[in-house]
Amino acid sequence: MDLAYLWFFIVGFLFVGYFVLDGFDFGVGMSLPFLGKDDISRRQIINTIGPVWDLNETWVIVAGACLFAAFPHWYATLFSGFYLALLLILLALILRGVSFEYRHQRDSERWKRGFDTMIVVGSAIPALLWGVAVANIVQGVPIDENMEFTGSLLTLLNPYGLLGGLTTLLLFFTHGVYFVALKTDGQVRQDARVLARRSGIATVVVAAVFLVWTVLLAFGEERPLAWLVVIMSVVAAVLLIASVGANLRDREGWAFGLGAFTIVAAVLGVWFALFPFVMPSTTDPAYSLTIENASSTDYTLTIMSWAALVFLPLVLVYQAWTYWIFRKRVSRTRIERAAAIAH
Amino acid sequence: MDWLDPLLLARWQFGLTTLYHFLFVPLTLGMALTVAIFQTAWFRTGSLKWLHLTRFFGKIFLINFAMGVVTGIVQEFQFGMNWSAYSRFVGDIFGAPLAFEGLMAFFFEATFIGLWIFGWDKLPKGLHLATIWIATIGAWFSAYFILAANAFMQNPVGYQMAEDGSRAEMTDFLAVLTNPVALAALPHTLFAAFMMTAGVVISISAWHLLRGQNVEMMRTSLRYGLWGMIVAFAGVALSGDQLGLVMVSTQPMKMAAAEALFDSACGYDASFSLFSIGTPDGTGEVWSLRIPYLLALLSTHSLDGCVEGINDLNALYTTEMFPQFADQVDGNFAPVLWITYWSFRWMIGLGGIAALTAVVGLWLTRKKATRPVPAWAWKLAIWAWPASLGAILIGWIFTEMGRQPWIVFSLMLTQDGVSPSVPGWNVLISLVAFTGIYAALAVVEVGLILKTAQKGPDALPGPDDPPPAEVALEDTPTTVY
Repeated sequence: MDLAYLWFFIVGFLFVGYFVLDGFDFGVGMSLPFLGKDDISRRQIINTIGPVWDLNETWVIVAGACLFAAFPHWYATLFSGFYLALLLILLALILRGVSFEYRHQRDSERWKRGFDTMIVVGSAIPALLWGVAVANIVQGVPIDENMEFTGSLLTLLNPYGLLGGLTTLLLFFTHGVYFVALKTDGQVRQDARVLARRSGIATVVVAAVFLVWTVLLAFGEERPLAWLVVIMSVVAAVLLIASVGANLRDREGWAFGLGAFTIVAAVLGVWFALFPFVMPSTTDPAYSLTIENASSTDYTLTIMSWAALVFLPLVLVYQAWTYWIFRKRVSRTRIERAAAIAH
Repeated sequence: MDWLDPLLLARWQFGLTTLYHFLFVPLTLGMALTVAIFQTAWFRTGSLKWLHLTRFFGKIFLINFAMGVVTGIVQEFQFGMNWSAYSRFVGDIFGAPLAFEGLMAFFFEATFIGLWIFGWDKLPKGLHLATIWIATIGAWFSAYFILAANAFMQNPVGYQMAEDGSRAEMTDFLAVLTNPVALAALPHTLFAAFMMTAGVVISISAWHLLRGQNVEMMRTSLRYGLWGMIVAFAGVALSGDQLGLVMVSTQPMKMAAAEALFDSACGYDASFSLFSIGTPDGTGEVWSLRIPYLLALLSTHSLDGCVEGINDLNALYTTEMFPQFADQVDGNFAPVLWITYWSFRWMIGLGGIAALTAVVGLWLTRKKATRPVPAWAWKLAIWAWPASLGAILIGWIFTEMGRQPWIVFSLMLTQDGVSPSVPGWNVLISLVAFTGIYAALAVVEVGLILKTAQKGPDALPGPDDPPPAEVALEDTPTTVY
């Protein structure tokens, strides 16, 4: 059963990876109405994530599959319980994904603006709802003696859940705007720095409230790793403030890197707050799903562990290499040249 | 009929979203290979023709790929969302191949496709060529793991029941991965995917050749498509035969249902009907066109083999093998017969038509041909695409509908797998939403693919044009969104 504890953190790692990577994709998408003043600049923004959004999104597929394999009950309770929320996320991800591919296929203003709107909406909905979902998992939801969720979509829209959603929304937004500043040049880059200053401050305020609330929740529910939640919350807060500071000094790389680690620390804090549960029940603590009662057998987890041990490092290496290949800024002139060639 | 029956709605949703997803999967599996082959030819010969073909079919591949990715996420989420009882029951086994797929295959595929699309001017030629091959192989591994997961539903192996009977637990992962159903289904699926890709290549080439445009390149791709179709059809037929044998030994009811064979039959009587007209209630037949021995031959590879019939299997299942499930299915363990019967025939028939197109095409375009290819032949060839796509989709309908009433053969009924906590109206909302969005996207998708296909590859320089400069790829943005 010890391996189940390892897998609690591997699943956590995969979701951290997903939130860090697709998190800035969402932010980049949401920044379009603020930074994309003409078609060239909008294309500049979209092309910052062009080669990587797909591999970033793959993280949620792998996280979901590993959740299924390592914790079938967690996967089953969560996915059937949060049905409508996940439906909205799925629809948003579909619309966003095809929009990247479709928007440049036709040279019509209406066509392009339509897909731009879908990118913005398709980025904002998951950015909000992932936070709502994670906050509700930590806080606990009504679950009966058969591990079945007994609430509805409205159950999830409680103050702490909504605050969680707002936190991820702002965090991903700022994270994405940092990325735009890091990966573009000219006016877009300037505008992105300025925008990140404003959104950064709002993010700090909201995230601070959320982290304090999470710490109080962890202590109130007497979760065993509450002290680690405190540490991670402080780390997350410091990193976030440092990233805002780096942006003020126009250190784009630092701002983005620190922003990424803010997400790592914050999700880790939430994971510690959850431990040793995976889905606490508010109906009766005895009905809660825990690492032990929700997991797969030792045999399955052993095989999975070997696969993760061999392949996760490899995945990290070749994905890091991909980012290295596409390290250059997406310049305005490059998009203009591409537009000229297409005509 | 209860319009808010969660089971019925969830089944419709799964069928719809899965078939829709599978519109894109086979083209990804086969077109990745096609593009990789064309690019290899360019890499080796330096001929501009191959470069343009690579780019051209690459575009079609990419328009298609994005849809495959986004509709694929729905598939994975849906097990938990709509089939939570099933997920709890099989998660210990079924989840592992899915996780392996993600870690070992899909990450590769997604990453290296991105490198290929955007890496034309950023990677050395050889490395860039390698990215499309890695993506291709990643896609095939994906297919393998998914088929291994599916094979467990058809023929559960490598497991034992938990002590409290609440779930199946894995005891032998190697057995799960080498499930005979998976090993037979993998070549069958890959060859079928390649047939469909060849169909796409044939259709597009024929469309251009009918109009006499891009003749040099389109003749090349046409020959590739025609030969590819023949080779792939041979692979599909051989692996399909193998899959049939495995099916007879693991799911005899599915074979009986494929032939709508009610009473066990041997030798001459185990005939295969090409066509039949049943009584309105579906329990008997009015007339049929039959080939004696063929069913025995298909099922057992022996002329005097015996094939078990539905009635005998039902008696066996109800009294001896699965009495605990008999009441739930009213003693009838057979799938819906008209679906299995006709889907089995249409799968084979459409596949055969697609292959026949290729044979005719090779004859008409042979080197010694004295007459030009008539227009009707080009028009006919354009149907290679829909025919091969139809065959592959209907094949899946047969496989999955033929598994009913089981969600996992012999272990769990489909009706017991559905999520107990999801109300019918939620499933109705999602079914309507998926149907609406998928339909709208289909319109856009088909429009874009047709537009790209009809636009054709970049033209080759004519004899009077100045000789082409060395293709400058350095920092030339070939792909931008």
